[in-house]
Amino acid sequence: MLKRPSTFSILLALIPFCAMCFSVPLWDRVDPRVFGLPFNLFWIIAWLGLTPLVLGIMYRIEKKR
Amino acid sequence: MSEGTEALSVIFGIVAAGSCIGFLASKRRALNLEEWAVAGRGLGLILVWILLAGETFTTFSVLGISGWIYSRGGPILYVLVYLTLAQIVVFFVGPGLWELGRKFGLQTLGDFFAKRYGDRFLAMTVGLAGVFFLILYLQLQLTGLGLIVEVASFERVGRTPAMVCSTVVVAGFVLASGVRGVVWVSVLKDFLLVAVALVVGIGLPYIHFGGIGPMFTELIKAKPGYLTMPGGTTNLTHSWFISTVCVNSLLLGWPHFFGSIFTAKDGDTVRRNAIIMPFYMIPLILIVFAGCAALLVAPGLPNGDLALLAVVRRTFSPWVLGVIGGAGALTAMVPGAIQILTAATLFAKNVYRPLVSPELSEEDTALVAKVAVGGITAVALCLALNSSTTLVGLLIVAYSGISQFVPGIILGLYSRRVTSRGVLFGMLAGFAVAGSLIFTHQDPFHGINAGFVGLVANVVTLLAVSRLSRPTPNGFESSGALPIRRI
Repeated sequence: MLKRPSTFSILLALIPFCAMCFSVPLWDRVDPRVFGLPFNLFWIIAWLGLTPLVLGIMYRIEKKR
Repeated sequence: MSEGTEALSVIFGIVAAGSCIGFLASKRRALNLEEWAVAGRGLGLILVWILLAGETFTTFSVLGISGWIYSRGGPILYVLVYLTLAQIVVFFVGPGLWELGRKFGLQTLGDFFAKRYGDRFLAMTVGLAGVFFLILYLQLQLTGLGLIVEVASFERVGRTPAMVCSTVVVAGFVLASGVRGVVWVSVLKDFLLVAVALVVGIGLPYIHFGGIGPMFTELIKAKPGYLTMPGGTTNLTHSWFISTVCVNSLLLGWPHFFGSIFTAKDGDTVRRNAIIMPFYMIPLILIVFAGCAALLVAPGLPNGDLALLAVVRRTFSPWVLGVIGGAGALTAMVPGAIQILTAATLFAKNVYRPLVSPELSEEDTALVAKVAVGGITAVALCLALNSSTTLVGLLIVAYSGISQFVPGIILGLYSRRVTSRGVLFGMLAGFAVAGSLIFTHQDPFHGINAGFVGLVANVVTLLAVSRLSRPTPNGFESSGALPIRRI
């Protein structure tokens, strides 16, 4: 059996899932426009940038174990 | 030179350059099955990144995404989201899978099931189903390729000859260089595609509207509500979005994606690759911008898949269209090649060998795989020439199918309780439920993606049958005590 990942990194991994997937009714709208983009598109683009950050933190945690 | 000739020569030049790279990539390496299918497990971070990006950034990403935003609007955001979230799944299971792959010589998805559960019938079912879904995906690539070349050459090259010629070339370099050839063609393709995405994603909004912001302002005014869900549709709602993202983020179940994990030189490379993968979504965002521009500049096209090419043809000089045509052709050829290669290896190792001659040597298996390349390519080509489904329609069926492999993979890695019967019946239940919903036109089913409904049936059946059936020894722990001698 593979060693299960740490609870902390699983919790971290849930952040992008919540932000981009489960919370869709909260951010799927046009206003407010950010940098001229509709809000939903801006939100996704922001999280495309933030997800590697979250993964980077998870990488450090998993590496220590 | 007429505009058609100009565009056509650029397309031809690009495809020829790509094909040369493909044919020469593995020139000085012994091409055994291990090198052919998993590049001798020797690719570093950058090459793995390019391979995985090459697989995920397909014709669908160019024509399908712009086509969806054109005909459906907001729901297209699901693509950007699932491709990113899929990396999180790979982050967790990738390194462990790679380690098992090296230890037990796994090359395909079928190998995994055969070794973990020691069940040839299960592995064969996975193999056959995998080949089937890969052929659907391949058909999508070929259809997209035909469209691109036809439009980009100003109808100078018909869809059929374009599809036939490029399919032959793809099969050729798959045979000649295996997965390493595909990786190197992908390098050229990636450079071109990023350039194309920049030109269309930034150029089109600036030329026609004076900027990206003004373009959206105009679009929101012209089509209020189009950019949020359900956009131009009635049934692609938020529940559809959530369920589809969940299903598609299991793209680990794609046999070619699964197999490319083994091409990395170590498990850490797989994990670091997952971290940087979301950056590859930037070109896709640009394609979304281009699709929005098409919606305003070239409204009323019957086939949304043609929207991007139509607007480019109205805006730029023919050679730009030629570059897009060439890059687009490579975008179909790279994933197409990897899909052919994976389907052929799956067929040879996990269907033909156990079924026809279990004693087949590694060399002969490689030979069978190469013959299978021809057969699989021909089937996909015939389907592509004779069917009229849109690109998205094909992809949705295929994703609903491949996600059914994933419970067996993940539970197989982390749980002792799952049994081979459980996995088999779960998978079949998933196929049956998702398939019957899709073919009776009930996808989405009450706002939920049919693949997701199938996945629920799959997991429930898997757990129930596993509880009732005899425990299956884990082939990764008790090596040697298995009914199968060789994987």
